[in-house]
Amino acid sequence: MATNPFVNDETPIRGHAQELGWNLVFVCWLTATSSTLGALFFSEVMDLPPCVLCWYQRIFIFPLALLLPFGLFPFDPKVVRYALPLSVVGWSIAFFHVLLTYGVIPESIRPCTQGVPCALNPIEWFGFVSIPLLSLVAFSVINALLLVTHYKVPQ
Amino acid sequence: MKRKTLFITAAVVLVAAFLVGTLVYQSRKADSAQALARQALLVRDHAPTVGPAEAKVHIVEFLDPACETCRSFYPFVKRMMAANPGKIRVSVRYAPFHSNSDYVVKVLEATRKQGKYWEALEALLAAQPSWAPNHSPQPDLVWRHLAGLGLDLERVRQDMDAPDIARVVAQDIADAKALNVTKTPEFFVNGQPMPSFGYEQLTTLVNDALATAYR
Repeated sequence: MATNPFVNDETPIRGHAQELGWNLVFVCWLTATSSTLGALFFSEVMDLPPCVLCWYQRIFIFPLALLLPFGLFPFDPKVVRYALPLSVVGWSIAFFHVLLTYGVIPESIRPCTQGVPCALNPIEWFGFVSIPLLSLVAFSVINALLLVTHYKVPQ
Repeated sequence: MKRKTLFITAAVVLVAAFLVGTLVYQSRKADSAQALARQALLVRDHAPTVGPAEAKVHIVEFLDPACETCRSFYPFVKRMMAANPGKIRVSVRYAPFHSNSDYVVKVLEATRKQGKYWEALEALLAAQPSWAPNHSPQPDLVWRHLAGLGLDLERVRQDMDAPDIARVVAQDIADAKALNVTKTPEFFVNGQPMPSFGYEQLTTLVNDALATAYR
């Protein structure tokens, strides 16, 4: 097949952007998958029951672990369109949850009083790392990298 | 192609990390369950205990009153307690491995009913060479060493065959067997056995436990 050097993906500049985009989405997938496995580890191996807010965050992180690879093979920068809404909503819930666990939001507007209390911290590493904070960091990384992908990689 | 390899490698590494983490976590959980089970065998309410209840370092000693090494460890443990006032308590469990040792154990338990246990234990350990010459305890020789302690020896003779004392001794022997105590003295410091036998090892174990409990 004859190829036009100006539209070919292999041209240096375009190829470079594609390479960057693939790497960014790949890191997003690594983050989402680690978070998914980590969440499963907490609930299934350590037997820590997830609270309601944890479940909502799980709803938005689990699909990313499955969805992002479809944007990697073959690389499709449009994957941002499908993935970013999930991670933005997940980030918002994680942010709310973090405010709750660190006592920024007062008790009275706690949405979950039944079942496992959301402000309960079953783990505390180095004195400040909680599960909601890990979740917030993961969603932040994914959001940031997907946004970079969106603006730096031609669709 | 390179990307696919990278992706598959990453996926395999993540899943492997999850599985290894699961195994490690579960074996640790099993270890702590085992430690709990051991603790239940080690710490019995019936065991004579010296030292404050709130002391965070608990030494459980399996002791045979006729054992020479138990005799030489006794003042050593006492000194450790004195050096760390209020921080160590010691419980005595019995592992009467010498023949006739169980007789002496029953006598000791009977002195407990008159509140003279530690006095009796110290008197018998001090006089051990005379009533247990050449590792063979002579039951009849025990009594004279208890004379000066203000004990009603006639009552001791009656009490030593009481069923509750027999139960205590049987329980201690069963626990010693379950805990794999085959020689005396055997020390457990907050559930931890000595890595090998010796004064040094016991000191290290106790100091480590003190450092962990009172940092």
